[in-house]
Amino acid sequence: MRRRKFLALMGVAGAGLALGKTPAQAAGNAHFEGYPDGKAVLFDATRCIGCRKCEAACNQVNKLPAPAKPFDDLTVLDAERRTSAKAYTVVNRYQPAGGGAPVFRKIQCNHCLEPACASACFVRAFKKNPDGSVTYDASVCVGCRYCMVACPFNIPAYEYDEPLTPRVMKCTMCHPQISSGELAMPGCVGACPKEALVYGRRSDLLKIAHARIEAFPGRYVDHVYGEREMGGTSWLHLSGVPFSQIGMREDLGVTSAPELTSGALAVVPMVAAVWPALLGGIWAISKRNAKTADEEKKEAVKAAVAANQADNDAELAKAKEQAEKDKKDSIEREVKKALEEAAAAAKEEEGA
Amino acid sequence: MTSEAKKSLFTPFNVFAGVVLLVGAYLTVMRFTGGLAAVTNLDDNNPWGIWIGFDLLCGVALAAGGFTTSAAVYIFGMKKYHSAVRPAILTAFLGYALVVFALHYDVGRPWRLPYPIFLQPGTTSLLYEVGLCVFLYLTVLFIEYSVAALEWLGLKKLRGLVHKLTLLLTVFGVVLSTLHQSSLGALYLIAPSKLHPLWYSTYLPIQFFVSAIAVGLSMVIFEGTLSHKPFHHKMDATYLAEHDGVILGFARGASIVLASYLAIKLIALGADNNWKYLISGWGAWYLVEVLGFVALPCLLYAIGSRERNIRLIKWTSGLTVFGVVLNRFNVSLVAFNWQLPSAQRYFPSWGEIGVSVFVVVVGILVFRFIVTRMPIFHEHPDYKDAH
Repeated sequence: MRRRKFLALMGVAGAGLALGKTPAQAAGNAHFEGYPDGKAVLFDATRCIGCRKCEAACNQVNKLPAPAKPFDDLTVLDAERRTSAKAYTVVNRYQPAGGGAPVFRKIQCNHCLEPACASACFVRAFKKNPDGSVTYDASVCVGCRYCMVACPFNIPAYEYDEPLTPRVMKCTMCHPQISSGELAMPGCVGACPKEALVYGRRSDLLKIAHARIEAFPGRYVDHVYGEREMGGTSWLHLSGVPFSQIGMREDLGVTSAPELTSGALAVVPMVAAVWPALLGGIWAISKRNAKTADEEKKEAVKAAVAANQADNDAELAKAKEQAEKDKKDSIEREVKKALEEAAAAAKEEEGA
Repeated sequence: MTSEAKKSLFTPFNVFAGVVLLVGAYLTVMRFTGGLAAVTNLDDNNPWGIWIGFDLLCGVALAAGGFTTSAAVYIFGMKKYHSAVRPAILTAFLGYALVVFALHYDVGRPWRLPYPIFLQPGTTSLLYEVGLCVFLYLTVLFIEYSVAALEWLGLKKLRGLVHKLTLLLTVFGVVLSTLHQSSLGALYLIAPSKLHPLWYSTYLPIQFFVSAIAVGLSMVIFEGTLSHKPFHHKMDATYLAEHDGVILGFARGASIVLASYLAIKLIALGADNNWKYLISGWGAWYLVEVLGFVALPCLLYAIGSRERNIRLIKWTSGLTVFGVVLNRFNVSLVAFNWQLPSAQRYFPSWGEIGVSVFVVVVGILVFRFIVTRMPIFHEHPDYKDAH
């Protein structure tokens, strides 16, 4: 308890230091390691006893509606549950392979360093705050639910029964309550009787987590879940059994959500810049081709007409010549004939 | 005269459309009084159903005939397909308008749809990219379509002014279509852990874009085939004379584009080394999609255009359209959340299907209203050879 309080106070001090600093790390090509003084929560599954006190505290702190079954009814744990619009956090019970005692795991928003929901939101309703929390602003939300599609941990829930004002609902790491001074740490952390949850600076918690693994290597899987998953999260997990056996996916990879889409987004301005030039070029070529074809056609027609004309002229000239010749011939013939006739007539006259 | 008009109003289609409109009105009231839960099977694990998978993804893909046809005619200079432009533009305009209409049912607060564009743009989101492009392209399509409406209204001066913008609008339309058709695929890039590896690929944007061109060309054939009988009397000699040429040319184009799409699919499979998944139930389903609805229509289109078999081409266009719808369903619904236990998987409710059918019927009715009045399948007598 003392350590948790201490870390919480340290965290508050850290948040104070963070104010006034510009988060230049978030911009540019550099790898974003999260806000330097960002807070986080460390969950240790080997300490969790599945009492659901965190669920009750969360419900109370966030003024969520009362559940159908009370929080001390542990039969709820018989079925695996997920977060919903009425429960920002739930605890599930898992039976690890090879027997042994059941293991409990608490689910809530993991508060990614580079959140998929914030990257996916087309109206910037989600925000990664310098204190490590990821919060949501219902006043701009359109209700498209792309954040729910994008979230690799299936955390955001939606008020499906609200006809006109549905909100996306998820854990805020008690950002509003902590920044208003109402709480020193998230409601769930304060309610945990077993110190299965610790709130503090993420960098400190990572050290604590690794120290625990080092101190009790037989007790823990040598992995801090959330240190690098999906680019890192502000909710860190320790477990004594493989994480896949307590409902956590081990195939998410370390690539953050924004990195998954940055390539596609980068192409957008290039399409806008290159396409008009390319299409304009194709248009100019096809237009020129059409014009050239048109001109060639005209030229060909002109040439054909001209050739035709020349042929005609030649033929006409030939015909004229022929006619001329014929005429001359016939005149000559006539003259000859006339002369002959005249000669014959003269002969006859002489004879007579 | 009046009795004849009355009689012709009660055709089987009109009765069906009337019933669908009534059901649609009922579902609209349910949606906006009881929320999505009252009408849909959506839940926290399955936030997107057929209103996204069909109405948005398929609606936008099937409306790709607008930009492909206008690009072919106005940019690539294939003037012989000119009579296909107006029906394609009208189909595209109505398609996009209905996409936006359908989104009003799906999103929580539809009156905030302008927020991402005008109030607080989330430029890191592929959905922002989709939204902005669809908004701009719907505007472009409206202007392109308005030429026909202005001819019908007899507003010659305005019509001439808008007509001068044709080339500019076409280029703008191709840019916007390239962007949002591909971005619809890119929407899923952010969720590699949820989409089955056979469908997830970093090439998703290119796959969506290229398949949209194939289905755009196919829709021109398919829609022309469907329109032929009911609107034959509205088609002029030019449209009818060019019709077979359009079908043959578009079939050849679609065959080439489908071959390219097939290559991209195979490259994606190889690039991520996903061959091992082929020997599984998911692999069989993937092969049904890729062999039955990409490779087969590619081949049939090639045969059809080579042998000038119009009948075969028309059937193939239906096959291609179905194939792209299947692909969009696989990406958004079937292979999405494939790792969830079957009890947590999504299947659409009758109300969701009802709204989707309602949206399609509204589209057909508006299409019919326009083509029976405005110069779509025929040229306006005042503007013959004016293009």
